Amino acid sequence: MKKLFTLVLPIAALTGFFLFNAFKKPIDNFVDTANAGLTLPAGFNAAEIADNLGDARHLVVTPQNDIYVHLAGTRNGKGIVVLHESGNKATEKTAFADYGGTGIYIKNGYLYASSNTDVFRYKLNARYEVINPAHPERIITGLVAKRMHQPKAICLDNNGNIYVNIGAYSNICSDYDKDKKGCPVLNDAAGIWEFKANRPNQKQNDGVRYATGLRNVVGMAWNQQDNQLFVMQHGRDALHDLYPNLYTVHQSAELPAECMFALKKGSNAGWPYVYYDWMQHKNMLGPEYGGDGKKGADPKYLEPVAAYPGHYAPDGLLFYTGNQFPAKYKNGAFIAFHGSWNRAPEPQAGYCVVFQPFKNGRPSGKWEVFADGFAGTSEQKASGRAVHRPCGLAQGPDGSLYVSDDNHGTIYKITYKK
Amino acid sequence: MSAKRVIILLLLLILVCAGLYYFLKGHRKPGSENIEASVNNGKKVYTQVCLACHMADGGGVPHMNQPLSNTSYVLGDKATLVKIVLNGFNEDVQINGKTYSNNMTPHADLSDQQIADVLTYVRKSFGNKASAVTASEVKKVRMISPIKN
Repeated sequence: MKKLFTLVLPIAALTGFFLFNAFKKPIDNFVDTANAGLTLPAGFNAAEIADNLGDARHLVVTPQNDIYVHLAGTRNGKGIVVLHESGNKATEKTAFADYGGTGIYIKNGYLYASSNTDVFRYKLNARYEVINPAHPERIITGLVAKRMHQPKAICLDNNGNIYVNIGAYSNICSDYDKDKKGCPVLNDAAGIWEFKANRPNQKQNDGVRYATGLRNVVGMAWNQQDNQLFVMQHGRDALHDLYPNLYTVHQSAELPAECMFALKKGSNAGWPYVYYDWMQHKNMLGPEYGGDGKKGADPKYLEPVAAYPGHYAPDGLLFYTGNQFPAKYKNGAFIAFHGSWNRAPEPQAGYCVVFQPFKNGRPSGKWEVFADGFAGTSEQKASGRAVHRPCGLAQGPDGSLYVSDDNHGTIYKITYKK
Repeated sequence: MSAKRVIILLLLLILVCAGLYYFLKGHRKPGSENIEASVNNGKKVYTQVCLACHMADGGGVPHMNQPLSNTSYVLGDKATLVKIVLNGFNEDVQINGKTYSNNMTPHADLSDQQIADVLTYVRKSFGNKASAVTASEVKKVRMISPIKN
């Protein structure tokens, strides 16, 4: 029996050693659970206040700390979830709307929300609660939605207008403009349309094409300081795949820039003819229209006011007007980057919330990563299999910042304590 | 049971396991070398042509690019699959309850052998276990289905 023991013990020890090493995670995969797994500047804290909501796109927070979250699809048949938050914990109050979508906005006593084709509005009571969730007013109907880039981001100004993104149903228009005579997609998409915020049943033709040459916009916000619409464009894909002789794999991962534009009525940002190179700091002529990676674009096209690395996918834009955060954040912009898929074979990137300092209503100084770590481990980030993907941004009544994640359905609340 | 017997039993067990391992490793179906070469070549085509959208793990991109693991499109009728590579794909498609909105460009410029290789690779990777696609099968589809431009 003793012999048996001397034989079994070393085998058991060896087996244990190998098993232990097989399951031991490399140090690199360590995820910090403080601050809900996020890394933030000193003094900031993050809490996960809700989880598993579904594909949570844009969101708004009311003065009573109710949160309206718009889901891309529906959950139990409902596309808008209403949460109430207190003490860093959000509980679900109710859900309504039989459509999914991205856009959601509160203005002048109404909640506005979009599907891929329509925009609705719901009258709010004094406590910012929807009075009749089953019977919204249909404000806009029948917008162009041809599969690609069909979610409709929305934003309202202070003069009774609503702005709606109608994304291009094409990467770079090559299927629609074979003879390079001019891209027909620009006629009914690839721009921002302006409608009346209170007129029912407007068709796309009843609206005004406010700005054009924008491939796809998800993050948009009204800047109250200079009373102007700011948008984040998702830049084109596949420079190297389509033009391997003109662009390296690395250039194709970094280019074109994801751009912030300050729009005026009639602005033309140049898609599909133009893209912005953030490394050369200039608007470039697109390779489909004679560009070679060096030729600049016609100066008639709008230049961005700020530019970010390629394929980061800006899905949320918010001007911070609260008093909770340190003074440098006041009137600056937060941008939620959904994260890339089009940077392979290089590692995927993005999946963060960026802060862009502003001065007098214009970007001033270099952008910085504000909140990071949504993706999870470095492997999950590099492969594009991120756990959380930032999408929507909202400011709470006390100046806290809320971030939605449309992959895991998590809502984060970021606060500052001196 | 004496210690000697236990040792003998353990040794026997190790022998049987080792034997089984070499038997399985060495046992190959006829033609499996061709398939292995096809998978290897297919991986190269995949990396150059498909990976940017369908991703290295074949998982696609949520809401945008279709996944390639365990879908009826990949595992089902080979001719339908070949047609997708030749003509591209721009229809609304639901896979496991999710829709994918990006269009796929046609890849008729690939040779019959390249298409056979890449589809064999896809049908035998990412958890898929489906039969190989041959160049002659691709050729047949190319002849009977007009290429849409």
